[in-house]
Amino acid sequence: MPHNFTVSPDFAPDHMSGWFYFNTWLQRKLGVDIHLELYDTFEQQRMDIRAGKVDMIYANPYDASMLVRELGFKAVVRPVSKRDEAVIVVAADSPIATVEDLGAGTRVATTADPDVDTIGMIMLEPADLDAASVQKHVYNSHVLIAKSLLNGETDVGFVLKQSYDELSDLIRGRLRVLVASQISVVHHALLVGPAMMDRFDELRDLLVAMPKDEKGVGVLESMEIRGWEPMSEEQTEFMIDLIDTLID
Amino acid sequence: MSDQDTGAEREVTLHYYDGSERKALIVDTEVPYPDGKLIVSRTDPQGFITHANQAFVDMSGYSREELIGANHNILRHPDMPAVAFKGLWDTVQSGQKWQGFVKNLRKDGKYYWVKATVIPNIRQGKLVGYTSVRRKPSRSKILESEALYATLK
Repeated sequence: MPHNFTVSPDFAPDHMSGWFYFNTWLQRKLGVDIHLELYDTFEQQRMDIRAGKVDMIYANPYDASMLVRELGFKAVVRPVSKRDEAVIVVAADSPIATVEDLGAGTRVATTADPDVDTIGMIMLEPADLDAASVQKHVYNSHVLIAKSLLNGETDVGFVLKQSYDELSDLIRGRLRVLVASQISVVHHALLVGPAMMDRFDELRDLLVAMPKDEKGVGVLESMEIRGWEPMSEEQTEFMIDLIDTLID
Repeated sequence: MSDQDTGAEREVTLHYYDGSERKALIVDTEVPYPDGKLIVSRTDPQGFITHANQAFVDMSGYSREELIGANHNILRHPDMPAVAFKGLWDTVQSGQKWQGFVKNLRKDGKYYWVKATVIPNIRQGKLVGYTSVRRKPSRSKILESEALYATLK
């Protein structure tokens, strides 16, 4: 039976083929069959994780908490210099100058990405806003968030910093960043579950050496990841503790 | 800016729970919490700092070397009532998460307000320390806390 691998649904669509190249590279290196399953929604993916259908996952830090503390997963590596940060954006001509200008009933454009949504809500707290006092509009992509802001359907949008940077100059020119997070310690990680734990050391060594591998370099480029660095159990626990402080 | 922000300076002796004390300069000037940042620190079970992120270094005014190994009460402002910290310790020592608004003292005597969350770090069922994460509070919560803490002193 092949092992099952999946990726947090917040990956950029442009990098989808990169994850398939990664999976092919990994199967050759490890000499095992691995099936890559990509999901459209976090809910569907979490259901399959809980049903034991996932053996390896590139997880967002929020799901990493459940995977490690409840399901016996262990973080192997994290991407080098890639941290999860969010920005709150408004239309360039919006009268809102600071977060404190926002009030109850603010229309927030967001995605189902738990990372960005949590960081975004924390950045709204200085305006005394919480989930009960804003109107959330959930969109499937950051481009749709930008559109809703430009059409005046929403007042502020939560966007992953990296996705914001990847928006076209044309769209970015019509938006303005109200506030940007600088958290630095929250990031995605590649984790393995109990069924692949016997390959843990081999997998870590392979991934850390990936930028030196002839084919590995190109695969990393297609995912826009510079390389991988190993994660100790304590580093993982530290990040999970930190995430716990951010979730009310 | 708070009504308490007069810029006045005074020297006070701070008394700590463990019986120790130190003299500190108090300057009634607020340093605004920077947008988008989290201040992160960790302590051992006794409250001695083992980890400080850059935002913590920047806002506290201490160097990282001065913070590591210091008791977390180095940040304690005399305007904070002892009962608030008792609540914090009682909560985290019982294994629960604590959240509250705290006025912190900087090395230069100025102050900054935070919304703090503290959780116990449990490893293999054992308490190994605490993680504290601070974020920007709203002005209304600061005013509420100032009024409340003044009645608790």
